[in-house]
Amino acid sequence: MLRKRIIPCLDIREGRTVKGIHFVDIRDAGDPVELAKRYVSEGADELVFLDITATVEKRKTLSNLVNRIAREINIPFTVGGGIDSLEDAQSIIKAGADKVSINSSAVKNPQLITDIAREFGSQCVVLAIDTKFENGEWMVYVHGGRIPTPLRTTEWAKTGEQLGAGEILLTSMNNDGTKNGFAIDITRDVSEAVNIPVIASGGAGTMQHFAEVFTQTKAGAALAASIFHFGEIPIPQLKAYLKTQKIPIR
Amino acid sequence: MIAIIKYNAGNITSVKNAVERLGFECIITDDPIALRSAEKVIFPGVGEASSAMKYLTERKLDEVIRSLNQPVLGICLGLQLLCRHSEEADTDCLGIFDAEVRKFPPNDIVPHMGWDNLLNTSTPLFDGFGTDDNVYFVHSYYAELSSHTIAQCDYILPFSAAMHKNNFFATQFHPEKSAAVGERLLRNFLSM
Repeated sequence: MLRKRIIPCLDIREGRTVKGIHFVDIRDAGDPVELAKRYVSEGADELVFLDITATVEKRKTLSNLVNRIAREINIPFTVGGGIDSLEDAQSIIKAGADKVSINSSAVKNPQLITDIAREFGSQCVVLAIDTKFENGEWMVYVHGGRIPTPLRTTEWAKTGEQLGAGEILLTSMNNDGTKNGFAIDITRDVSEAVNIPVIASGGAGTMQHFAEVFTQTKAGAALAASIFHFGEIPIPQLKAYLKTQKIPIR
Repeated sequence: MIAIIKYNAGNITSVKNAVERLGFECIITDDPIALRSAEKVIFPGVGEASSAMKYLTERKLDEVIRSLNQPVLGICLGLQLLCRHSEEADTDCLGIFDAEVRKFPPNDIVPHMGWDNLLNTSTPLFDGFGTDDNVYFVHSYYAELSSHTIAQCDYILPFSAAMHKNNFFATQFHPEKSAAVGERLLRNFLSM
């Protein structure tokens, strides 16, 4: 049976791991490769590396860091942040990333989803969506969650699937950093609307939150950063707990 | 020396990294002489069947692959190309395994992406493999069960997770991305 995936996210700035609280307050905490290896040994199912400042500052994710990660890590990993063009995606994938995630650049130029999927396959393209609930609707935000768009979240996810995205990484800005749990309603909506895997993100604070998102939505994976990063929830303990809840876990 | 077949498919560097992490020397090459003289050959790949077969045929690598006598390990698209035929763009493949490659019916999420368990695994490739062990899959097409199946996985329907005939082995999953379990399988192959 296909297992639900637990995915630690490593936010990267200038080659170091950081974690934004509500995308603003940032703390430094370590070497990404060392942290990644620790996660692998603890049983992480995949890893996501996001260069969180790259989009804003127009910097490119460092392909030599990706290269180093690829040489040391034996599970799949995704790299995102500032991938604005097919050339950016090519350099990251050729450096050894299994997937790239695109966010603002896909909103600006949806053709980019198709271009990357044509060259490398849909399984390489993760469409990251930052979403915020306001005036009764879940809307898409870009540029690190700072700029609103007229796109409704579920519709954008479906469009992304049609354009060739192989996976959706859905982050609720209302929940991110709160530790009050995942946004169950929009995660359920999106995961029922598309026929590609959805990664739930934003708001994980307890082990129960993971059980909730896996039992109440069709999400195939759940992503978190700080709770893993600062050891608040050890991955082995989380996975053991989810197994007791009869959730299929590696 | 371990040779990894160089062609127009992704994911080849990951395989090289994995082999090197296990302490084996390896090269990525499309030179028939280097391929024929390697101790082991790995035929990896993430990509599309018809363009991959076209590339291999144009360079006569199809004949080279069929003629290999040493242990060969196909991975993912490599497994599918070792089969008889693929529904993906109606492609005639290498025909080592007498099996058809089909597209998953859309009864569930496609691609089959993530960690899954295996049934009915057999040695020597799966030496040390436990019933709770999981491996990493990413694919939208699958090889049907056949007499060459040496491990089975159930997703939407039962399919060949691994195949074996003579010196040819193949896995639909990615041992190079399957953590310690995958490393053990690669070591089993590299130690043959």
